[in-house]
Amino acid sequence: MLHIKNGIVIDPKNGIIGEKMDIFIKDGKIVEEVEVNGCKTIDANGKLVVAGGIDLHAHIAGGKINTGRAMRPEEMRHVRQKTGKFRAAVGRTLLTSPAIGYEYAKMGYTTAIEPATPSIYVIHTHEELDSIPIIDKATLPLFGNWHPVLRYSADKDIEKLKSFVAWVLERTKGYGVKLVNPGGVEAWMYGGNVKSIDDTVPGFGVTPREIITSLIAAVEELKLPHSVHIHCNNLGMPGNYETTMETIKLAKGFENERRQVLHVTHVQFNAYTGSSWRDIGSGAEHIAKLINSMDNVTIDMGQPIFGYATTMTADCPWQFELHKIAKAKWCNRDIELETGAGIVPYVYRPKNPVNSVQWAVGLELGLLVDSEKIAVSTDYPNGGPFTSYPYIVTLLMSRKFREEEMKKAHPYMEKATSLSSIDKEKSLEEVITMTRVTPAKVLGMENKGHLGVGADGDVVIYDIDPLNYSSNDWQTILKAFENPLYTIKSGEIVVKDGELVGETWGRTFWVDARADTTTEIIEADLEEYFNYYTVKCCNYGVKEAWLRNPVRITAG
Amino acid sequence: MRNAVCTFCGNVCDDIEFDGVTGKNLCPIGEAKFAAKRRIEAPMVRGRRVSYEEAIEKAAEVLVNAKRPLLYGWASTVNEAIRLGVILAEKLGGVYDQCSSVCHAPSTLAMIEEGIPGGTLGQAKNRADVVVFWGCNPVEAHPRHPSRYSVMTKGFLTKGRQHRHVIVVDVRKTATAYLATEFYQIKPGYDYAVFTALRSIINGHEKAVPEEVGGISKKKLKELADILINGKYGVIFYGLGLTHSRGQDRNVENIVKLVQTLNRHTRYILQPMRGHFNVVGAGEVAAWEAGYEYAIDFSRGYSRFLPSEFTAVEVLVRRDCDAALIVASDPAAHFPKEAVKRLAEIPVIQIDPHPNVTTLLADIVIPSALVGIEAEGTVYRMDGIPLRVKKLKDTGYWSDYEILKLMLDKVIQLKGE
Amino acid sequence: MAKLDVIIITGRTTDQGMAIDEKLSEEYMKSVAFCEMNEEDMKIIGVKDGDRIKVKTEFGEVVLFAKKSAVEDLEIPRGVVFIPMGPYANQVVGGRNGSGTPRFKGIKGVVEATQEEVRTIRELVVGK
Repeated sequence: MLHIKNGIVIDPKNGIIGEKMDIFIKDGKIVEEVEVNGCKTIDANGKLVVAGGIDLHAHIAGGKINTGRAMRPEEMRHVRQKTGKFRAAVGRTLLTSPAIGYEYAKMGYTTAIEPATPSIYVIHTHEELDSIPIIDKATLPLFGNWHPVLRYSADKDIEKLKSFVAWVLERTKGYGVKLVNPGGVEAWMYGGNVKSIDDTVPGFGVTPREIITSLIAAVEELKLPHSVHIHCNNLGMPGNYETTMETIKLAKGFENERRQVLHVTHVQFNAYTGSSWRDIGSGAEHIAKLINSMDNVTIDMGQPIFGYATTMTADCPWQFELHKIAKAKWCNRDIELETGAGIVPYVYRPKNPVNSVQWAVGLELGLLVDSEKIAVSTDYPNGGPFTSYPYIVTLLMSRKFREEEMKKAHPYMEKATSLSSIDKEKSLEEVITMTRVTPAKVLGMENKGHLGVGADGDVVIYDIDPLNYSSNDWQTILKAFENPLYTIKSGEIVVKDGELVGETWGRTFWVDARADTTTEIIEADLEEYFNYYTVKCCNYGVKEAWLRNPVRITAG
Repeated sequence: MRNAVCTFCGNVCDDIEFDGVTGKNLCPIGEAKFAAKRRIEAPMVRGRRVSYEEAIEKAAEVLVNAKRPLLYGWASTVNEAIRLGVILAEKLGGVYDQCSSVCHAPSTLAMIEEGIPGGTLGQAKNRADVVVFWGCNPVEAHPRHPSRYSVMTKGFLTKGRQHRHVIVVDVRKTATAYLATEFYQIKPGYDYAVFTALRSIINGHEKAVPEEVGGISKKKLKELADILINGKYGVIFYGLGLTHSRGQDRNVENIVKLVQTLNRHTRYILQPMRGHFNVVGAGEVAAWEAGYEYAIDFSRGYSRFLPSEFTAVEVLVRRDCDAALIVASDPAAHFPKEAVKRLAEIPVIQIDPHPNVTTLLADIVIPSALVGIEAEGTVYRMDGIPLRVKKLKDTGYWSDYEILKLMLDKVIQLKGE
Repeated sequence: MAKLDVIIITGRTTDQGMAIDEKLSEEYMKSVAFCEMNEEDMKIIGVKDGDRIKVKTEFGEVVLFAKKSAVEDLEIPRGVVFIPMGPYANQVVGGRNGSGTPRFKGIKGVVEATQEEVRTIRELVVGK
């Protein structure tokens, strides 16, 4: 049992904005005020007390990041911690599994979602998730180029699609439905791609528009906690903001009272105007306006960080382009009839005009989109390390800090984006919303992102007084977010004064949506389909018993 | 049991029917794997039979007292055990290395230089109309590869053998060559030159290619380049013919560049023919736990990767280790004699189901359950696809995981951390 | 007695794979203690199938049974010999070039007929 007293609490979901109050944690959960005798007490007088941070999109486990590690020993030479009471931890922007858990905790994050797993590789993803200490986690299997999905979408057979989604989530112990460049990865198997949401996918007579809307319909009818989570077509290309706008508008046909019906991820990479690399510009304002005008779409930033990154995505055709553009080494993996993956190292250079535009676009989105509709992300490790979240949050909060940082960027940024004319400074309440409340709501995790009774006992104390800080003093803000006084995970103190002091093992959430579906209607299809697989249907997927700490969430 | 998983080679066939004694759908090697054979009977310390607990305690003492123990093997056990092995190496300040360092490690070095444009075995089955075997001999090393994945199998788009153009390139006419539509015999050690010639032809620099390269005429090379480029979806499988010959990682790097070039015209993927059933896992687990796949030294309290110093063979030949833990492997049979000589000088702890050449050198021998028959866990097929191998019958032997778990506990206890 | 310069290739075979978990058995020794050669090369050094030959390289030497390559001249080209991977092959391979992986194929060596005995695996590894 833990008693955090006198802290200044910001808990936007429960309408608490900078109130001095006490928080009690018992058996890993926030509880009503209890008998405090004999209970461990932390004095948080004058300090900010918030819920643990949530990263809703970070490639922290599975074949992609691990291939990235193996192909980039240069990334692993950065030593974060020697072995001792805890594990050794290494990695510059690509981190080892122990380092991932430790570094999240060290900036006050207690939950992270692996957002792109090829289902056939899901055992590997879970093995890595289970090797990450401290944080809670979940994984999203990839659906957007999977043959049965393409077929059911072409046939507009939502019932079968629902059964298939429910079957996959159970087999993979997956949390939700991820789409990456729907249709485009299948086209890549023939050396192509799709260029708009109305292009036809070779061999299937179906369009990305149909794949997306069919999956939204299936997910909504299944009442999954998380909506469809999409990486749009045309990622990375100048002029792609139009495809993104078209995709966002597809949500207009759907409603959900509890949450969005479409989460569009790392939008920065999909928010460019222009027709080539020479006239690329920001489409952030258009997209922000559209998102703010709708109430059923959310996004995350995908903020690039100047410096080293490793791009990794199921968007194989884009990765091949990037390999040619960056003249960098390239890993590719075409995966059965499901999906693919590509990995290319990258450096975001402030002196590069395109990179400067990308940097500004991410911040424009972060500043212009309502905090209830956008979450902080770097699309780790695509835009850069997640350890930069304090940096991003400080940029959003302090115009003065932005001005300092903008000086580093290429002057073309000034011409191609409107970042320098944005005066907006997000408040502490807003950035806490963007890093806690919004991601929890987007994911449909009711016990996360807030400090109400019954919430998870994941609490962070930052060395900043919410009632008395200045946005001009960005050094203080940055330092506070980089070094939590305490990170508490499920009631256990894991970080104190920015240093690791405890190691716990979190849970893996998965969604059981089988209640209202039957596999009977897809059995014949599965049987036929597994003729083309190289593993047997019965050997496909992962059992709960193989996971360290699984938590089943029933849809509906 | 139906759909059991075979634990011999990198194919990891998952359609084995096992009745407790013999298995169906097995290749000759798999059949031998599943057949009953001589086992290490009991834990032994210097020839004396002891309990598991005593053998493990003694082993922990040897390891803790060593300045820099070598922890080697791992390719023939499950990821759960490998993970403990990596942590054990970290806690001991030792060296973690795995069988890859005498097999496909040069492929990792090539990946570090250029990446690997790859794919799963299902892509060969479903899409490939051109299949190339370069310096590999699946008929003898991965017997069911051609029928399950790459040559005779019926796929989604490619409906069988007659729709696949099969090329075999090797220095000798192997059993696999008899499956080929075309066989190209090259001179030993000339793979690199042949890749360069093919890249030149495909890139339109035909004039730069001499009349003969590596024993193949320019005419034949042009014919081969044509076949490659006319494939709609090609898969190139390569083996130790590249990694064990002159050039090693540079050979693989050049074939990667050839595949990069081919992808500018059509679609191609490249797949190494990995040997042991979980040699991929022995690299992957180490990568997520410590950042590197093999040749990892922990003597400074964190992981360092340096293949020219920290592979098992190098560590032994340089006399840079003073004890060894060998798990599910037989370095005494498979390392060059100079390395085996050092192994004979130092205390060796062995964990293995079967007596082998390393047993002859081992001071402490700990028998383990047979993975995939008596013990379960996760393994990665040659293309990285994870499969859960099963426990098909009961045993009195401890699993690698159980042995290593207790050993790690003992080590932590002895080190007082 | 004629000597012949050769290039040595080592590698897996089905028999070696089948016996790999029984390395202290007769079968395993049979599966790895031979050197496969082109018939013409065998004539040059004056050996027949099953005769003993000595293979020498800069790394060491080993006595093996000569084995005629299965089919015509294509199976093993002249000037190349094949030894299955294992303790015998390892007496004559080696060489370090910085990759950390020894060279197991394409090693220059010399073969000749011999009357010396083929040693057992135990003798090779731990001496008599």
